[in-house]
Amino acid sequence: MSSAAVARPVVEPRRETLLPALKSAGLSLLVLAVLWALWEAYKWLGERLELTRPFPVNERTMPHIHDMVGQLFEPSRRNGPLLIDVLLDAAAFTAKEAAAGFLLGAAAGFAIAVVLSESRLLQRGFLPYLVASQTIPILAIAPMVVIWVNPKLPESLAGWGAVAVIAAYLTFFPVTINTLRGLQSADPRAVELMRSYAASRWKILWKLRIPASFPFLFTALKIAAPAAVVGAIIGELPSSIQDGLAGAILNFNQYYITSPESLWATNIIAAALGIIFFVVVALAERLLVRRAPENVA
Amino acid sequence: MSTGAAAVSITGLSKRFERGDVLALERIDLDVQPGEFVSLIGPSGCGKSTLLRIIGDLIRPTDGDVLVNGKSAHRARLDRDYGIVFQDAVLYDWRTVAKNIALPLEMAGWDRKRRETRVGEMVDLVELTGFEKHHPWQLSGGMQQRVSIARALSFSPPLLLMDEPFGALDEMTRERMNNELLRIWQETLSTVVFVTHSIAESVFLSTRVVVMSARPGRIAGVVEVDLPQPRGPETREHPHFAELITEVRRLLRKGHALDAPEEDEETLYVAEEGL
Repeated sequence: MSSAAVARPVVEPRRETLLPALKSAGLSLLVLAVLWALWEAYKWLGERLELTRPFPVNERTMPHIHDMVGQLFEPSRRNGPLLIDVLLDAAAFTAKEAAAGFLLGAAAGFAIAVVLSESRLLQRGFLPYLVASQTIPILAIAPMVVIWVNPKLPESLAGWGAVAVIAAYLTFFPVTINTLRGLQSADPRAVELMRSYAASRWKILWKLRIPASFPFLFTALKIAAPAAVVGAIIGELPSSIQDGLAGAILNFNQYYITSPESLWATNIIAAALGIIFFVVVALAERLLVRRAPENVA
Repeated sequence: MSTGAAAVSITGLSKRFERGDVLALERIDLDVQPGEFVSLIGPSGCGKSTLLRIIGDLIRPTDGDVLVNGKSAHRARLDRDYGIVFQDAVLYDWRTVAKNIALPLEMAGWDRKRRETRVGEMVDLVELTGFEKHHPWQLSGGMQQRVSIARALSFSPPLLLMDEPFGALDEMTRERMNNELLRIWQETLSTVVFVTHSIAESVFLSTRVVVMSARPGRIAGVVEVDLPQPRGPETREHPHFAELITEVRRLLRKGHALDAPEEDEETLYVAEEGL
Protein backbone atom coordinates (compact mmCIF):
# COMPACT_ATOMS: atom_id res chain seq x y z
CA MET A 1 0.00 0.00 0.00
CA SER A 2 2.30 2.71 -1.18
CA SER A 3 0.85 6.17 -1.44
CA ALA A 4 1.39 5.92 -5.19
CA ALA A 5 -1.58 3.57 -5.24
CA VAL A 6 -3.73 6.29 -3.74
CA ALA A 7 -5.04 9.38 -5.49
CA ARG A 8 -2.83 12.44 -5.46
CA PRO A 9 -3.70 15.33 -3.13
CA VAL A 10 -7.31 16.07 -3.87
CA VAL A 11 -7.82 19.82 -3.71
CA GLU A 12 -6.03 23.07 -3.12
CA PRO A 13 -9.08 25.00 -1.98
CA ARG A 14 -7.62 28.37 -1.08
CA ARG A 15 -6.41 29.16 -4.57
CA GLU A 16 -9.81 28.47 -6.07
CA THR A 17 -11.70 30.97 -3.94
CA LEU A 18 -11.21 34.04 -6.16
CA LEU A 19 -13.28 32.96 -9.14
CA PRO A 20 -16.30 31.75 -7.12
CA ALA A 21 -16.13 35.00 -5.13
CA LEU A 22 -16.33 37.01 -8.35
CA LYS A 23 -19.14 34.79 -9.56
CA SER A 24 -21.21 35.26 -6.42
CA ALA A 25 -20.59 39.02 -6.52
CA GLY A 26 -21.84 39.06 -10.12
CA LEU A 27 -24.87 37.05 -9.10
CA SER A 28 -25.66 39.52 -6.30
CA LEU A 29 -25.49 42.39 -8.79
CA LEU A 30 -27.83 40.52 -11.12
CA VAL A 31 -30.34 40.04 -8.30
CA LEU A 32 -30.04 43.73 -7.46
CA ALA A 33 -30.79 44.62 -11.09
CA VAL A 34 -33.83 42.33 -11.08
CA LEU A 35 -35.16 43.86 -7.84
CA TRP A 36 -34.57 47.33 -9.25
CA ALA A 37 -36.50 46.39 -12.40
CA LEU A 38 -39.36 44.89 -10.36
CA TRP A 39 -39.62 48.04 -8.23
CA GLU A 40 -39.72 50.31 -11.27
CA ALA A 41 -42.11 48.03 -13.15
CA TYR A 42 -44.55 47.95 -10.23
CA LYS A 43 -44.31 51.72 -9.86
CA TRP A 44 -44.93 52.25 -13.61
CA LEU A 45 -47.90 49.85 -13.65
CA GLY A 46 -49.27 51.15 -10.35
CA GLU A 47 -49.30 54.71 -11.60
CA ARG A 48 -50.87 53.75 -14.94
CA LEU A 49 -53.56 51.57 -13.32
CA GLU A 50 -54.03 54.03 -10.45
CA LEU A 51 -53.72 51.29 -7.88
CA THR A 52 -55.04 52.19 -4.42
CA ARG A 53 -54.35 48.85 -2.81
CA PRO A 54 -52.33 47.96 -0.79
CA PHE A 55 -51.27 51.59 -1.09
CA PRO A 56 -51.52 54.26 -3.75
CA VAL A 57 -48.45 54.34 -5.94
CA ASN A 58 -46.85 57.74 -6.48
CA GLU A 59 -43.59 59.62 -6.12
CA ARG A 60 -44.01 59.80 -2.37
CA THR A 61 -44.76 56.15 -1.62
CA MET A 62 -42.36 54.72 -4.19
CA PRO A 63 -39.73 57.18 -5.38
CA HIS A 64 -37.59 56.17 -8.35
CA ILE A 65 -34.54 54.29 -7.23
CA HIS A 66 -32.32 56.54 -9.32
CA ASP A 67 -33.85 59.48 -7.45
CA MET A 68 -32.92 57.89 -4.10
CA VAL A 69 -29.36 57.34 -5.29
CA GLY A 70 -29.33 60.76 -6.93
CA GLN A 71 -30.43 62.36 -3.68
CA LEU A 72 -27.18 61.19 -2.13
CA PHE A 73 -25.33 63.60 -4.38
CA GLU A 74 -27.55 66.59 -3.69
CA PRO A 75 -26.73 69.10 -0.93
CA SER A 76 -28.27 67.95 2.35
CA ARG A 77 -29.54 71.48 2.96
CA ARG A 78 -29.16 74.80 1.18
CA ASN A 79 -25.43 75.52 0.76
CA GLY A 80 -24.70 72.49 2.95
CA PRO A 81 -22.49 69.46 2.29
CA LEU A 82 -23.67 66.64 0.01
CA LEU A 83 -26.15 64.22 1.60
CA ILE A 84 -23.78 61.32 1.06
CA ASP A 85 -21.06 63.07 3.06
CA VAL A 86 -23.47 63.69 5.91
CA LEU A 87 -24.67 60.10 5.83
CA LEU A 88 -21.18 58.60 5.59
CA ASP A 89 -20.16 60.61 8.65
CA ALA A 90 -23.24 59.38 10.48
CA ALA A 91 -22.58 55.81 9.32
CA ALA A 92 -19.00 55.97 10.52
CA PHE A 93 -20.19 57.13 13.91
CA THR A 94 -22.78 54.36 14.15
CA ALA A 95 -20.23 51.82 12.85
CA LYS A 96 -17.92 52.69 15.74
CA GLU A 97 -20.69 52.01 18.25
CA ALA A 98 -21.80 48.86 16.47
CA ALA A 99 -18.28 47.46 16.18
CA ALA A 100 -17.53 48.08 19.85
CA GLY A 101 -20.91 46.59 20.79
CA PHE A 102 -20.39 43.60 18.52
CA LEU A 103 -16.97 42.80 19.98
CA LEU A 104 -18.22 43.29 23.51
CA GLY A 105 -21.35 41.19 22.91
CA ALA A 106 -19.50 38.43 21.06
CA ALA A 107 -16.88 38.16 23.81
CA ALA A 108 -19.51 38.17 26.56
CA GLY A 109 -21.73 35.73 24.66
CA PHE A 110 -18.84 33.33 24.10
CA ALA A 111 -17.68 33.53 27.70
CA ILE A 112 -21.20 32.89 29.01
CA ALA A 113 -21.50 29.86 26.71
CA VAL A 114 -18.19 28.40 27.92
CA VAL A 115 -19.16 28.80 31.58
CA LEU A 116 -22.63 27.34 31.05
CA SER A 117 -21.30 24.42 28.99
CA GLU A 118 -19.08 23.37 31.88
CA SER A 119 -21.93 23.18 34.36
CA ARG A 120 -25.28 21.63 33.64
CA LEU A 121 -26.57 23.16 36.86
CA LEU A 122 -25.65 26.70 35.87
CA GLN A 123 -27.07 26.06 32.44
CA ARG A 124 -30.43 25.01 33.80
CA GLY A 125 -30.50 27.89 36.24
CA PHE A 126 -29.45 30.70 33.93
CA LEU A 127 -30.76 29.83 30.49
CA PRO A 128 -34.37 30.91 31.19
CA TYR A 129 -33.17 34.35 32.25
CA LEU A 130 -30.97 34.70 29.19
CA VAL A 131 -34.06 33.98 27.10
CA ALA A 132 -36.08 36.44 29.18
CA SER A 133 -33.44 39.12 28.60
CA GLN A 134 -34.26 38.97 24.91
CA THR A 135 -38.01 39.26 25.32
CA ILE A 136 -37.76 42.76 26.80
CA PRO A 137 -37.82 45.39 24.05
CA ILE A 138 -34.51 47.18 23.85
CA LEU A 139 -36.31 50.52 23.98
CA ALA A 140 -37.50 49.66 27.48
CA ILE A 141 -34.00 48.93 28.73
CA ALA A 142 -32.02 51.56 26.89
CA PRO A 143 -32.82 54.46 29.27
CA MET A 144 -31.54 52.47 32.23
CA VAL A 145 -28.39 51.48 30.38
CA VAL A 146 -27.76 55.12 29.52
CA ILE A 147 -28.22 56.19 33.14
CA TRP A 148 -26.09 53.36 34.54
CA VAL A 149 -23.30 53.33 32.03
CA ASN A 150 -22.78 56.91 30.94
CA PRO A 151 -21.62 58.55 34.20
CA LYS A 152 -18.93 55.92 34.64
CA LEU A 153 -17.42 56.31 31.18
CA PRO A 154 -14.23 58.23 30.43
CA GLU A 155 -14.52 61.35 28.29
CA SER A 156 -13.62 59.57 25.05
CA LEU A 157 -16.51 57.13 25.40
CA ALA A 158 -19.07 59.59 26.74
CA GLY A 159 -22.39 59.23 24.98
CA TRP A 160 -21.67 56.49 22.51
CA GLY A 161 -20.30 54.00 25.08
CA ALA A 162 -23.82 53.36 26.34
CA VAL A 163 -24.97 52.73 22.76
CA ALA A 164 -22.23 50.13 22.36
CA VAL A 165 -23.50 48.38 25.48
CA ILE A 166 -27.02 48.33 24.01
CA ALA A 167 -25.68 46.88 20.75
CA ALA A 168 -23.80 44.28 22.78
CA TYR A 169 -27.02 43.37 24.55
CA LEU A 170 -28.54 42.51 21.18
CA THR A 171 -25.42 40.65 20.06
CA PHE A 172 -24.58 38.28 22.87
CA PHE A 173 -27.69 36.10 22.84
CA PRO A 174 -27.34 34.32 19.47
CA VAL A 175 -23.62 33.90 20.20
CA THR A 176 -24.32 32.25 23.56
CA ILE A 177 -27.00 29.90 22.23
CA ASN A 178 -25.03 28.78 19.17
CA THR A 179 -21.69 28.48 20.93
CA LEU A 180 -23.33 26.41 23.66
CA ARG A 181 -24.59 24.06 20.99
CA GLY A 182 -21.20 24.05 19.28
CA LEU A 183 -19.31 23.27 22.48
CA GLN A 184 -21.51 20.22 22.91
CA SER A 185 -21.14 19.13 19.28
CA ALA A 186 -17.82 17.33 19.69
CA ASP A 187 -17.89 13.64 18.69
CA PRO A 188 -18.20 11.52 21.89
CA ARG A 189 -15.35 9.37 20.56
CA ALA A 190 -13.17 12.45 20.25
CA VAL A 191 -13.85 13.04 23.94
CA GLU A 192 -12.88 9.42 24.70
CA LEU A 193 -9.74 9.99 22.68
CA MET A 194 -8.85 13.00 24.80
CA ARG A 195 -9.51 11.01 27.96
CA SER A 196 -7.20 8.29 26.68
CA TYR A 197 -4.48 10.97 26.65
CA ALA A 198 -5.28 11.73 30.29
CA ALA A 199 -6.50 15.17 29.19
CA SER A 200 -7.89 17.47 31.86
CA ARG A 201 -11.32 19.03 31.50
CA TRP A 202 -9.64 22.29 30.64
CA LYS A 203 -7.54 20.68 27.89
CA ILE A 204 -10.61 18.97 26.44
CA LEU A 205 -12.32 22.36 26.35
CA TRP A 206 -9.35 24.13 24.81
CA LYS A 207 -8.16 21.53 22.30
CA LEU A 208 -11.48 19.94 21.34
CA ARG A 209 -14.71 21.64 22.38
CA ILE A 210 -13.80 25.22 21.49
CA PRO A 211 -12.38 24.47 18.03
CA ALA A 212 -15.35 22.17 17.39
CA SER A 213 -17.69 25.07 18.23
CA PHE A 214 -16.23 27.47 15.65
CA PRO A 215 -18.64 26.73 12.78
CA PHE A 216 -21.54 27.31 15.20
CA LEU A 217 -19.86 30.42 16.60
CA PHE A 218 -19.45 31.96 13.17
CA THR A 219 -23.03 31.19 12.21
CA ALA A 220 -24.02 33.20 15.28
CA LEU A 221 -21.57 36.00 14.55
CA LYS A 222 -23.04 36.36 11.07
CA ILE A 223 -26.48 36.83 12.62
CA ALA A 224 -25.12 39.11 15.32
CA ALA A 225 -23.07 41.45 13.13
CA PRO A 226 -25.98 43.13 11.29
CA ALA A 227 -28.00 42.94 14.52
CA ALA A 228 -25.29 45.01 16.22
CA VAL A 229 -25.79 47.74 13.59
CA VAL A 230 -29.54 47.74 14.18
CA GLY A 231 -28.89 47.72 17.93
CA ALA A 232 -26.60 50.73 17.65
CA ILE A 233 -29.15 52.70 15.61
CA ILE A 234 -31.94 51.90 18.04
CA GLY A 235 -29.67 52.60 20.99
CA GLU A 236 -28.94 56.09 19.68
CA LEU A 237 -32.59 57.10 20.02
CA PRO A 238 -32.99 57.10 23.84
CA SER A 239 -29.37 58.22 24.23
CA SER A 240 -30.22 61.41 22.31
CA ILE A 241 -27.23 60.94 20.05
CA GLN A 242 -27.54 63.10 16.93
CA ASP A 243 -24.30 62.16 15.20
CA GLY A 244 -25.30 58.68 14.07
CA LEU A 245 -27.68 57.18 11.55
CA ALA A 246 -30.57 57.34 14.03
CA GLY A 247 -30.30 61.12 14.01
CA ALA A 248 -30.47 61.14 10.22
CA ILE A 249 -33.42 58.73 10.18
CA LEU A 250 -35.37 60.82 12.71
CA ASN A 251 -34.56 63.99 10.83
CA PHE A 252 -35.62 62.68 7.42
CA ASN A 253 -38.72 61.09 8.90
CA GLN A 254 -39.92 64.59 9.63
CA TYR A 255 -39.31 65.72 6.05
CA TYR A 256 -40.69 62.60 4.38
CA ILE A 257 -43.60 64.43 2.80
CA THR A 258 -41.38 66.91 1.01
CA SER A 259 -38.36 64.76 0.37
CA PRO A 260 -39.05 61.01 0.65
CA GLU A 261 -35.83 60.22 -1.27
CA SER A 262 -33.71 61.40 1.66
CA LEU A 263 -35.09 58.78 4.03
CA TRP A 264 -34.80 56.08 1.40
CA ALA A 265 -31.21 57.13 0.74
CA THR A 266 -30.49 56.92 4.47
CA ASN A 267 -31.92 53.42 4.54
CA ILE A 268 -29.65 52.40 1.68
CA ILE A 269 -26.63 53.58 3.66
CA ALA A 270 -27.81 51.82 6.83
CA ALA A 271 -28.35 48.59 4.90
CA ALA A 272 -24.92 48.90 3.32
CA LEU A 273 -23.38 49.24 6.77
CA GLY A 274 -25.10 46.05 7.94
CA ILE A 275 -23.89 44.20 4.84
CA ILE A 276 -20.32 45.38 5.42
CA PHE A 277 -20.47 44.03 8.99
CA PHE A 278 -21.71 40.69 7.69
CA VAL A 279 -19.07 40.45 4.98
CA VAL A 280 -16.25 41.22 7.41
CA VAL A 281 -17.37 38.34 9.65
CA ALA A 282 -17.80 36.01 6.68
CA LEU A 283 -14.26 36.81 5.50
CA ALA A 284 -12.88 36.22 9.00
CA GLU A 285 -14.63 32.85 8.99
CA ARG A 286 -12.95 31.89 5.71
CA LEU A 287 -9.56 32.75 7.11
CA LEU A 288 -9.99 31.11 10.50
CA VAL A 289 -12.21 28.08 10.04
CA ARG A 290 -10.75 25.21 8.07
CA ARG A 291 -13.53 22.78 7.48
CA ALA A 292 -14.79 20.32 4.97
CA PRO A 293 -16.47 22.43 2.27
CA GLU A 294 -19.91 21.06 3.08
CA ASN A 295 -19.58 22.28 6.66
CA VAL A 296 -18.89 25.90 5.79
CA ALA A 297 -22.05 27.92 5.62
CA MET B 1 7.12 -3.95 28.46
CA SER B 2 10.08 -5.71 29.95
CA THR B 3 8.81 -5.41 33.50
CA GLY B 4 7.67 -9.01 33.40
CA ALA B 5 4.05 -7.99 34.02
CA ALA B 6 1.36 -8.98 31.57
CA ALA B 7 0.38 -6.22 29.15
CA VAL B 8 -3.23 -6.76 30.13
CA SER B 9 -4.46 -8.89 32.99
CA ILE B 10 -8.20 -9.30 33.55
CA THR B 11 -9.67 -11.35 36.38
CA GLY B 12 -13.31 -12.00 37.21
CA LEU B 13 -14.51 -8.98 35.26
CA SER B 14 -18.23 -8.24 34.95
CA LYS B 15 -20.03 -5.23 33.60
CA ARG B 16 -23.68 -4.41 34.16
CA PHE B 17 -25.16 -1.34 32.51
CA GLU B 18 -27.56 0.46 34.83
CA ARG B 19 -29.62 1.71 31.93
CA GLY B 20 -31.75 -1.21 30.79
CA ASP B 21 -30.12 -3.39 33.45
CA VAL B 22 -28.06 -5.27 30.85
CA LEU B 23 -25.36 -7.70 31.91
CA ALA B 24 -22.85 -6.96 29.17
CA LEU B 25 -19.87 -8.97 30.39
CA GLU B 26 -19.71 -11.85 32.83
CA ARG B 27 -16.69 -13.36 34.61
CA ILE B 28 -14.07 -12.52 32.01
CA ASP B 29 -10.55 -13.79 32.65
CA LEU B 30 -7.91 -12.86 30.11
CA ASP B 31 -4.17 -12.29 30.07
CA VAL B 32 -2.36 -10.65 27.19
CA GLN B 33 1.41 -10.97 27.15
CA PRO B 34 3.68 -8.18 25.90
CA GLY B 35 4.15 -8.37 22.14
CA GLU B 36 1.00 -10.39 21.55
CA PHE B 37 -1.62 -9.55 18.95
CA VAL B 38 -4.95 -10.59 20.44
CA SER B 39 -8.27 -10.29 18.62
CA LEU B 40 -11.63 -10.19 20.34
CA ILE B 41 -14.32 -11.55 18.06
CA GLY B 42 -17.98 -12.17 18.68
CA PRO B 43 -21.48 -11.27 17.64
CA SER B 44 -23.33 -8.09 18.45
CA GLY B 45 -23.95 -7.61 22.13
CA CYS B 46 -21.06 -9.78 23.25
CA GLY B 47 -19.52 -6.68 24.80
CA LYS B 48 -16.17 -6.80 23.05
CA SER B 49 -16.09 -3.03 22.49
CA THR B 50 -17.13 -2.57 26.11
CA LEU B 51 -14.27 -4.85 27.18
CA LEU B 52 -11.84 -2.77 25.13
CA ARG B 53 -13.09 0.45 26.72
CA ILE B 54 -12.76 -1.06 30.19
CA ILE B 55 -9.14 -1.94 29.45
CA GLY B 56 -8.68 1.70 28.42
CA ASP B 57 -10.42 2.97 31.59
CA LEU B 58 -12.98 4.78 29.46
CA ILE B 59 -15.70 2.76 31.24
CA ARG B 60 -15.51 1.32 34.77
CA PRO B 61 -16.21 -2.37 35.32
CA THR B 62 -18.93 -3.42 37.78
CA ASP B 63 -16.77 -6.17 39.18
CA GLY B 64 -13.32 -7.62 38.84
CA ASP B 65 -9.78 -6.39 38.30
CA VAL B 66 -8.08 -4.98 35.26
CA LEU B 67 -4.34 -4.47 35.26
CA VAL B 68 -2.49 -2.81 32.40
CA ASN B 69 1.28 -3.16 32.50
CA GLY B 70 0.97 -4.30 36.08
CA LYS B 71 -0.94 -1.23 37.30
CA SER B 72 -4.60 -0.34 37.55
CA ALA B 73 -6.30 0.55 34.28
CA HIS B 74 -6.94 4.02 35.69
CA ARG B 75 -3.28 4.57 36.54
CA ALA B 76 -2.29 3.23 33.11
CA ARG B 77 -4.59 5.71 31.37
CA LEU B 78 -3.16 8.62 33.35
CA ASP B 79 0.32 7.37 32.45
CA ARG B 80 -0.70 7.28 28.75
CA ASP B 81 0.14 3.59 28.50
CA TYR B 82 -2.06 2.90 25.51
CA GLY B 83 -3.11 4.34 22.17
CA ILE B 84 -6.61 3.81 20.85
CA VAL B 85 -8.07 3.58 17.33
CA PHE B 86 -11.82 3.63 16.66
CA GLN B 87 -13.87 2.44 13.72
CA ASP B 88 -14.06 6.03 12.51
CA ALA B 89 -10.75 7.81 12.31
CA VAL B 90 -12.06 10.59 14.63
CA LEU B 91 -9.64 13.14 13.24
CA TYR B 92 -9.94 16.82 14.05
CA ASP B 93 -11.15 18.63 10.93
CA TRP B 94 -9.43 21.85 11.88
CA ARG B 95 -6.03 20.21 12.16
CA THR B 96 -3.78 19.07 9.33
CA VAL B 97 -2.58 15.47 9.11
CA ALA B 98 0.66 16.44 10.84
CA LYS B 99 -1.15 18.30 13.62
CA ASN B 100 -3.57 15.44 14.15
CA ILE B 101 -0.69 13.04 14.63
CA ALA B 102 0.96 15.53 16.99
CA LEU B 103 -2.14 15.88 19.21
CA PRO B 104 -1.17 13.25 21.84
CA LEU B 105 2.38 14.61 21.84
CA GLU B 106 1.03 18.08 22.66
CA MET B 107 -1.03 16.56 25.45
CA ALA B 108 2.08 14.85 26.79
CA GLY B 109 3.95 18.16 26.75
CA TRP B 110 6.55 17.40 24.08
CA ASP B 111 8.30 20.49 22.75
CA ARG B 112 7.79 21.54 19.13
CA LYS B 113 11.12 20.27 17.83
CA ARG B 114 10.63 16.78 19.24
CA ARG B 115 7.03 16.74 18.01
CA GLU B 116 8.03 17.60 14.47
CA THR B 117 10.72 14.93 14.35
CA ARG B 118 8.34 12.31 15.67
CA VAL B 119 5.50 13.31 13.33
CA GLY B 120 7.91 12.95 10.42
CA GLU B 121 8.76 9.40 11.53
CA MET B 122 5.12 8.48 11.96
CA VAL B 123 4.17 9.86 8.55
CA ASP B 124 6.86 7.64 7.06
CA LEU B 125 5.67 4.66 9.08
CA VAL B 126 2.13 4.86 7.73
CA GLU B 127 3.34 5.98 4.29
CA LEU B 128 1.58 9.31 4.08
CA THR B 129 4.58 11.35 3.00
CA GLY B 130 3.43 14.43 1.07
CA PHE B 131 0.09 14.59 2.84
CA GLU B 132 1.27 16.24 6.07
CA LYS B 133 -0.38 19.57 5.26
CA HIS B 134 -3.66 18.09 4.11
CA HIS B 135 -6.83 18.27 6.10
CA PRO B 136 -8.69 15.07 7.01
CA TRP B 137 -11.56 15.72 4.61
CA GLN B 138 -9.13 15.75 1.73
CA LEU B 139 -8.15 12.11 2.39
CA SER B 140 -9.78 8.77 1.56
CA GLY B 141 -11.18 6.62 4.36
CA GLY B 142 -8.16 4.30 4.34
CA MET B 143 -5.75 7.23 4.53
CA GLN B 144 -7.73 8.79 7.37
CA GLN B 145 -7.49 5.54 9.31
CA ARG B 146 -3.73 5.45 8.73
CA VAL B 147 -3.50 8.95 10.23
CA SER B 148 -5.47 7.70 13.20
CA ILE B 149 -3.09 4.75 13.64
CA ALA B 150 -0.08 7.06 13.39
CA ARG B 151 -1.66 9.28 16.03
CA ALA B 152 -2.24 6.32 18.36
CA LEU B 153 1.36 5.14 17.97
CA SER B 154 3.03 8.55 17.96
CA PHE B 155 3.90 8.53 21.65
CA SER B 156 5.08 4.89 21.53
CA PRO B 157 2.52 3.46 23.92
CA PRO B 158 3.30 -0.13 24.87
CA LEU B 159 -0.32 -1.11 24.18
CA LEU B 160 -2.53 -0.44 21.17
CA LEU B 161 -6.32 -0.80 21.53
CA MET B 162 -8.23 -1.05 18.26
CA ASP B 163 -12.02 -1.05 18.05
CA GLU B 164 -12.97 -2.42 14.61
CA PRO B 165 -10.55 -0.01 12.97
CA PHE B 166 -11.15 -1.30 9.45
CA GLY B 167 -14.87 -2.03 9.78
CA ALA B 168 -15.87 0.96 7.67
CA LEU B 169 -13.43 0.22 4.83
CA ASP B 170 -14.06 -1.75 1.67
CA GLU B 171 -12.70 -5.29 1.48
CA MET B 172 -9.68 -4.46 -0.68
CA THR B 173 -8.58 -1.49 1.39
CA ARG B 174 -9.15 -3.60 4.47
CA GLU B 175 -6.75 -6.33 3.31
CA ARG B 176 -4.12 -3.74 2.47
CA MET B 177 -4.57 -2.15 5.90
CA ASN B 178 -4.22 -5.59 7.51
CA ASN B 179 -0.83 -6.13 5.87
CA GLU B 180 0.14 -2.61 6.84
CA LEU B 181 -0.88 -3.10 10.46
CA LEU B 182 1.17 -6.30 10.74
CA ARG B 183 4.24 -4.52 9.42
CA ILE B 184 3.73 -1.67 11.91
CA TRP B 185 3.15 -4.14 14.75
CA GLN B 186 6.45 -5.85 13.96
CA GLU B 187 8.32 -2.57 13.62
CA THR B 188 7.00 -1.04 16.85
CA LEU B 189 6.98 -4.23 18.97
CA SER B 190 3.77 -3.10 20.63
CA THR B 191 1.02 -5.24 22.10
CA VAL B 192 -2.30 -5.09 20.25
CA VAL B 193 -5.83 -5.81 21.43
CA PHE B 194 -8.03 -5.79 18.35
CA VAL B 195 -11.84 -5.92 18.22
CA THR B 196 -13.34 -7.21 14.99
CA HIS B 197 -16.40 -8.78 13.39
CA SER B 198 -14.41 -10.45 10.66
CA ILE B 199 -13.26 -14.02 11.22
CA ALA B 200 -10.70 -13.93 8.40
CA GLU B 201 -9.26 -10.68 9.68
CA SER B 202 -8.91 -11.98 13.21
CA VAL B 203 -7.09 -15.14 12.10
CA PHE B 204 -4.86 -13.33 9.64
CA LEU B 205 -3.70 -10.72 12.15
CA SER B 206 -3.56 -12.38 15.53
CA THR B 207 -1.32 -14.56 17.55
CA ARG B 208 -4.44 -15.45 19.54
CA VAL B 209 -8.15 -15.10 18.81
CA VAL B 210 -10.50 -14.75 21.78
CA VAL B 211 -14.00 -15.83 20.76
CA MET B 212 -16.85 -14.34 22.78
CA SER B 213 -20.47 -15.38 23.13
CA ALA B 214 -23.51 -13.14 23.13
CA ARG B 215 -25.25 -11.48 26.08
CA PRO B 216 -23.98 -11.77 28.66
CA GLY B 217 -20.56 -11.62 27.02
CA ARG B 218 -18.36 -14.53 28.01
CA ILE B 219 -15.24 -16.05 26.57
CA ALA B 220 -16.42 -19.01 24.50
CA GLY B 221 -12.91 -20.15 23.66
CA VAL B 222 -9.45 -19.12 22.59
CA VAL B 223 -7.74 -20.11 19.33
CA GLU B 224 -3.95 -20.05 19.18
CA VAL B 225 -2.95 -18.89 15.72
CA ASP B 226 0.34 -20.62 14.98
CA LEU B 227 0.66 -19.43 11.39
CA PRO B 228 4.24 -18.52 10.47
CA GLN B 229 5.49 -14.94 10.90
CA PRO B 230 5.93 -12.60 9.16
CA ARG B 231 2.58 -12.93 7.46
CA GLY B 232 1.62 -11.66 4.05
CA PRO B 233 -0.80 -12.34 1.19
CA GLU B 234 0.52 -15.95 1.02
CA THR B 235 -0.67 -16.54 4.58
CA ARG B 236 -4.27 -16.54 3.36
CA GLU B 237 -3.38 -19.50 1.08
CA HIS B 238 -1.70 -21.45 3.88
CA PRO B 239 -3.56 -24.78 4.37
CA HIS B 240 -3.77 -24.17 8.11
CA PHE B 241 -5.46 -20.77 7.57
CA ALA B 242 -8.78 -22.35 6.54
CA GLU B 243 -8.65 -24.78 9.46
CA LEU B 244 -8.21 -21.96 11.93
CA ILE B 245 -11.11 -20.06 10.39
CA THR B 246 -13.26 -23.16 10.78
CA GLU B 247 -12.16 -23.45 14.40
CA VAL B 248 -13.11 -19.84 15.17
CA ARG B 249 -16.43 -20.31 13.41
CA ARG B 250 -17.10 -23.48 15.43
CA LEU B 251 -16.48 -21.60 18.68
CA LEU B 252 -18.74 -18.76 17.58
CA ARG B 253 -21.48 -21.28 16.85
CA LYS B 254 -20.90 -22.91 20.19
CA GLY B 255 -21.57 -19.51 21.72
CA HIS B 256 -25.05 -19.72 20.12
CA ALA B 257 -24.21 -16.74 18.08
CA LEU B 258 -23.19 -17.38 14.58
CA ASP B 259 -25.87 -17.15 11.95
CA ALA B 260 -24.16 -14.96 9.44
CA PRO B 261 -22.06 -12.28 11.05
CA GLU B 262 -20.08 -11.63 7.87
CA GLU B 263 -23.13 -10.38 5.97
CA ASP B 264 -24.55 -8.58 8.91
CA GLU B 265 -21.62 -6.55 10.12
CA GLU B 266 -23.09 -3.10 9.75
CA THR B 267 -26.28 -3.89 11.63
CA LEU B 268 -24.30 -5.73 14.27
CA TYR B 269 -22.12 -2.73 14.81
CA VAL B 270 -25.01 -0.32 14.99
CA ALA B 271 -26.79 -2.58 17.45
CA GLU B 272 -23.76 -2.63 19.66
CA GLU B 273 -23.54 1.14 19.66
CA GLY B 274 -26.78 1.23 21.61
CA LEU B 275 -25.35 -1.02 24.26
